[in-house]
Amino acid sequence: MTQKLTRALTDPGAGPDPSSGMPDPKRRGDRIFRGFAMGAGITILVILALVATFLLVQGSPALFADPAKLISQGYGEFLPWVLPYAFGTIWAAVLALLFAVPVSIGIALFISHYAPRRLAQPLGYVIDLLAAVPSVVFGLWGSLVLAPAAVPLYEWLNANLGFIPLFSGQVSGGGRNMFTIAIVLATMILPIITSLCREVFLQAPRLHEEAALALGATRWEMIKMAVFPFARPGIIAAVMLGLGRALGETMAVTMILSGSRNITFEVLTSQNPNTIAATIAQNFPEAFGLKTSQLIAAGLVLFLITLVVNMIARWIVSRRAEYSGAN
Amino acid sequence: MRIKPIAAAALVTATALAFAGCATNETPAAGGTTAPAGATTLTGVGSSAMKAAQEKWVAAFQTANSSITVNYSPDGSGAGRSAFIAGAANFAGSDRPFKDEEIGAGKFAGCSADSNALALPVYISPIAVVFNVDGVTELTLDPATIAGVFAGKITKWNDPAIVKTNPDAKLPDATITAVHRGDDSGTTNNFTDTLNKTAPEIWTETAADTFPAAFGGEAANGTSGVIQAVTGGKNTIGYADASAAKDLGKASILVGGKPLQPTPEAAAAILDNSKTIAGRDANDLSFSLDRTSEGVYPAVLVAYVIVCQTYKDAAMGTLVKNYVTYIASADGQSAAATAAGSAPLSSALQAKVKTAIDSVK
Amino acid sequence: MTTITHRLGSETLTAGRLPRATTPSVAVASIIIGYALAVLASGEGNIGLATLFAFVLFLVTIEIATRIVEGPRQAADRRAGNLIAGAFLLALVPLGSVTWVTVSKGLARFDAAFFSQSMRNVVGEGGGAIHAVYGTLYVTGMATLISVPIGLLTAVYLAEYGARNRLSKSITFFVDVMTGVPSIVAGLFAYALMGILVGPGTKSGFSGSIALSVLMIPVVVRACEELLRLVPNELREAAYALGVPKWLTIVRVVIPTAISGIISGIILSIARVIGETAPLLIAMGFTASMNNNVFANPMMTLPVFVYDSYAHPGTDVQPYLDRAWAGALTLILIVMILNLIGRLIARRFAPKTGR
Repeated sequence: MTQKLTRALTDPGAGPDPSSGMPDPKRRGDRIFRGFAMGAGITILVILALVATFLLVQGSPALFADPAKLISQGYGEFLPWVLPYAFGTIWAAVLALLFAVPVSIGIALFISHYAPRRLAQPLGYVIDLLAAVPSVVFGLWGSLVLAPAAVPLYEWLNANLGFIPLFSGQVSGGGRNMFTIAIVLATMILPIITSLCREVFLQAPRLHEEAALALGATRWEMIKMAVFPFARPGIIAAVMLGLGRALGETMAVTMILSGSRNITFEVLTSQNPNTIAATIAQNFPEAFGLKTSQLIAAGLVLFLITLVVNMIARWIVSRRAEYSGAN
Repeated sequence: MRIKPIAAAALVTATALAFAGCATNETPAAGGTTAPAGATTLTGVGSSAMKAAQEKWVAAFQTANSSITVNYSPDGSGAGRSAFIAGAANFAGSDRPFKDEEIGAGKFAGCSADSNALALPVYISPIAVVFNVDGVTELTLDPATIAGVFAGKITKWNDPAIVKTNPDAKLPDATITAVHRGDDSGTTNNFTDTLNKTAPEIWTETAADTFPAAFGGEAANGTSGVIQAVTGGKNTIGYADASAAKDLGKASILVGGKPLQPTPEAAAAILDNSKTIAGRDANDLSFSLDRTSEGVYPAVLVAYVIVCQTYKDAAMGTLVKNYVTYIASADGQSAAATAAGSAPLSSALQAKVKTAIDSVK
Repeated sequence: MTTITHRLGSETLTAGRLPRATTPSVAVASIIIGYALAVLASGEGNIGLATLFAFVLFLVTIEIATRIVEGPRQAADRRAGNLIAGAFLLALVPLGSVTWVTVSKGLARFDAAFFSQSMRNVVGEGGGAIHAVYGTLYVTGMATLISVPIGLLTAVYLAEYGARNRLSKSITFFVDVMTGVPSIVAGLFAYALMGILVGPGTKSGFSGSIALSVLMIPVVVRACEELLRLVPNELREAAYALGVPKWLTIVRVVIPTAISGIISGIILSIARVIGETAPLLIAMGFTASMNNNVFANPMMTLPVFVYDSYAHPGTDVQPYLDRAWAGALTLILIVMILNLIGRLIARRFAPKTGR
């Protein structure tokens, strides 16, 4: 607030122009520059609007076409066709979160509150290195290394915990199932959740932490009492952003998953619901006409899903910023 | 001090530019830096099944004509056909000819207004049923059994239907993992067409690029994905281009009581027993495959190059003509046979294709 | 500070305390017994199983020992600490595995030919990825040329002119939303845009640059805005007092002050998009030859090269896989070097943090 006031007072471009009667050559430069800056900002809004419009325009033939035509020339009626993929997208992302969130919070706490201070930053870099691995490399690694190596684990789970519906069914021979995808996606979203959580944990009020320790709390009790309550909205936002990332991940799923078009909660079998992004990447090259439209329309559905998730995440972040005053 | 990063960035950019892109195995002309007049870049888009053969053809053709670059993007047949329609590709590689409603003079942006498109068969590849079962090296299956396996109706390796045609094999009491293509493909289209034609009472779905989801099974992407899944898994069976099958066991298909291996000869015979689609231009060689004739291995993929009868750009016409002439020549066909394991066109068909190409302008 | 409180607390408030050597000795014992158990259970030494047994054994032993000697609260504390350290070690497993596999398999073809030859006229063995390396440089460079002016100017608007008005608020919001756009959607956008502007099915390096720009712009905006806001207001006021117009102040004072941070932000944003595959797959197509023209004909990039080698190998698969791994190794090295440069530049400008 005070910053805003000083800026208004000192900012020559902000207030009403005192020399509004006659144009000042000096100020013309200002106006042009301001125009450029604003134009750039508006360009971004336009690009985003274009992304949505183009997807809508190019996808609309599939959205509004006669179902009979879609069955003969496309992949079939749009909603029933896209629903299993939408399910697969969300199911894969949620499973990935299940793995990634506890581990990420653990790592973030380790870096912020457990590791020696001098080591904290290098350790943070090490985790960030995971973010430096391109998704196509994760795809290679997942399909050629992880999936075959994990088959014994899947067979064990199936044999011993098969009574749980999640682990029932016929285990995929090559290990290219939803479980593998969940592990790979979790690895990929780990760095982003970790770095955001680390940031919030570091912002926890130091006085609260010291007070808790002074009262005789153990380190874990201090974290439960002073850090977590403060960090909860931040953690939720980090999780939502990780979810957004996992929803849109394409290459790893394309290269690893044995995907088909069905809805199932069994994670070990070879018949897994494919994700929207992977379906597009796999079929776009072969597609033409209505099929292309249908894939683009599926892209629109994915865009909307991620949009909603990200908006919720940003809303939580901005709400937190307002009451914590940390920023 | 603050200038340093900028200077560093500038230095990096400058060094990058100084090494302006060239590859030691390319002649300068190929890079497009000193392009002579006329068409020098030939763009083809299409079938990924043909990729290995096209790679070989492109390599041989470019070696013989070093000022010319041929780009073949294995984006897929559908992409190839739509790129050809839009004029973005000079020729298309396709796993099927155009349908009646898709073809017609003036529908193709790269061709002159009164010109139609021609489909010329240049690549014949048998699709093998590959399997990986411990202790089993040879397998003979009749079409109905194959259809049953891939439709999920036959689920055990020691099913009576399999035992009947393989009395000597040690078939395990294990579940069959049937691997199919997860992505849309011409291989799936030809394979499902085969099952639909040869075992219609079991395979009730008509031919399609997409494997019918209702039949289940394990999905894998691309030919390499299927091979990987069959090799890596246990008690698996799948279908893929015979050339990619390598060390995997290839099942013989019973045709009229005789087991046939997916050999080039058995596959090439299919075009000699099939008829061209009626009502097309005189030079068009679109075949309607007959998969039920005696002595013919039924699961065969025939891929076409699609070209204009008359190109808008005459120089491009000559270029395409030269390239396709090489492809369809005995040299080109045997090069593809060694590189991609395809079946060379019979000499009768080669002559027909040659006549058709000669008419291209 | 933490250690002092800790020691005070334990000496005065709790009765007993485990000797310092407890943790390491229990750890060693657990590893040995865990390995033995794994051999017994599976018949052979499975490292994953052994680690799992060892970790569970370690947790349980420490839990029981602490509970007896130090009490339940300390036991909970140690359990949490061990699990948290375990989480960190767990994350190192995929990192180590990916790095090891990529390096060991990538070195086979990480040679001079790989960086001097293209795939033109190459079938089977040999060949290289120089065309893909250049394609990556061209496309990413082009994307940078598009993204940096738009991103930097937007950041200037948000930090200097916006003053939290409605436009700047909505830009901030939508830039955040844009960071979440799935990469494949960006590819579809570029494909559709070029389809309308040039003609359907057009594939060129420029089209890929547009797709990458959609992904890159929001990252540049976020990084630059933050940096511009860190520039002390006194500098601006001093310039205004000297009668310098606002735009000159920004160009000559504010941006130069933040320049190292901005450059590092841009480098990190390049690192973020250089490994993207899916959008380029859709927007750019494949080629085996060098293409120095960004505006026409397909162009290869490293990520697509890796994917293509993996997904469409020839009849002899091994050389293609070797090239794929070598490409992956190159890609990881490029991204890591970019990250390193970015961080080194950023560190010089980093504001001091409390911890």
